[in-house]
Amino acid sequence: MENKKVVHSNPVDFEVRSLDAMCINESELKHPWWYNFKYLAVGLVFGIVFVKAEIISWFRIQEMFRLQSFHMYGVIGTAVVVGAISVFLIKKFNVKTIHGEDITFTDKKFNKGQIYGGLMFGFGWAITGACPGPLFAQLGTGVLSISVVILSAIAGTWVYGKFRDQLPH
Amino acid sequence: MIQTISQPWPWYVAGALIGLIVPALLLLGNKHFGISSNLRHICAACFPSNISFFKYEWKKETWNLYFVGGILIGGYLSATLLGSNEPIIIHPDLANELATYGITDFSGLVPVQLFSFENLFTAKGLIMMIGGGFLVGFGTRYAGGCTSGHAIMGLSNLQWPSLVATICFMVGGFIMANFILPYILSL
Repeated sequence: MENKKVVHSNPVDFEVRSLDAMCINESELKHPWWYNFKYLAVGLVFGIVFVKAEIISWFRIQEMFRLQSFHMYGVIGTAVVVGAISVFLIKKFNVKTIHGEDITFTDKKFNKGQIYGGLMFGFGWAITGACPGPLFAQLGTGVLSISVVILSAIAGTWVYGKFRDQLPH
Repeated sequence: MIQTISQPWPWYVAGALIGLIVPALLLLGNKHFGISSNLRHICAACFPSNISFFKYEWKKETWNLYFVGGILIGGYLSATLLGSNEPIIIHPDLANELATYGITDFSGLVPVQLFSFENLFTAKGLIMMIGGGFLVGFGTRYAGGCTSGHAIMGLSNLQWPSLVATICFMVGGFIMANFILPYILSL
């Protein structure tokens, strides 16, 4: 209930910062647009890993949900361990970005969307065999029909945004 | 070397590299790993339609669109340059199950017998491509993140709401794959 109040008093800020996985980091520094290519480079490595480790394979996802293969559990488990150690070290040693800015973390607030939305995404994940990242990698490998799935996912996000206030959170 | 790269990579290599994306993005510019947000940025950029959820400065988040652009290019490069054209080895139980639905082509990363433009206007294709995509887009935003934002970034930062979300992703996937998808595939 308290959440709702905050949403109405300051909708965009609250949604973007707390409710969402995404966290807008308002950097004070102004960088030229081509600085964004460093993120493209990281994405590129990610895309290659997606394909080469068969993470974007519809079949691997089906095996995962049928407990027929350890592969995806190994991938996600290792990623979480490596990620958690990294975050721990960054916090412990107060590491700064390469531009000398602070690295900040925002706590996630619980809301019922994580349950309802989580289940819905789980359904979609098992059907399409892909989460949002792999969808883009699949398209990149040349499966052009995945563009339909991506467009539908964008539509799904839009419809959520449209009816957000009516949904239980 | 090239041969090693061409073969499918083991889970611990892939997992470690994906885990390292978390500090890479943080160190490069205090960015938090999360891909499904891009679907929102695309809505905000292209069809904001005066919906408050899409009225924010998406241009501050363009880094994430570059990131996704990189994923797309990475997919292209690995398919064209680093590819091994051998079909994916899948569990025999899964192969047998899929065969009962007439899915016998395991050559691609996605089954071409399900995901193709020709199938789009069949009941199965419509449910799987349009319905499945819609659930991914709606569900991830409702949950506030996807596998990257919650399961990897959120759990790395020890956020219990992300654990709730991750468990729900898995529960939803189990229910769909084992109890509902068989009916869809039989259509």
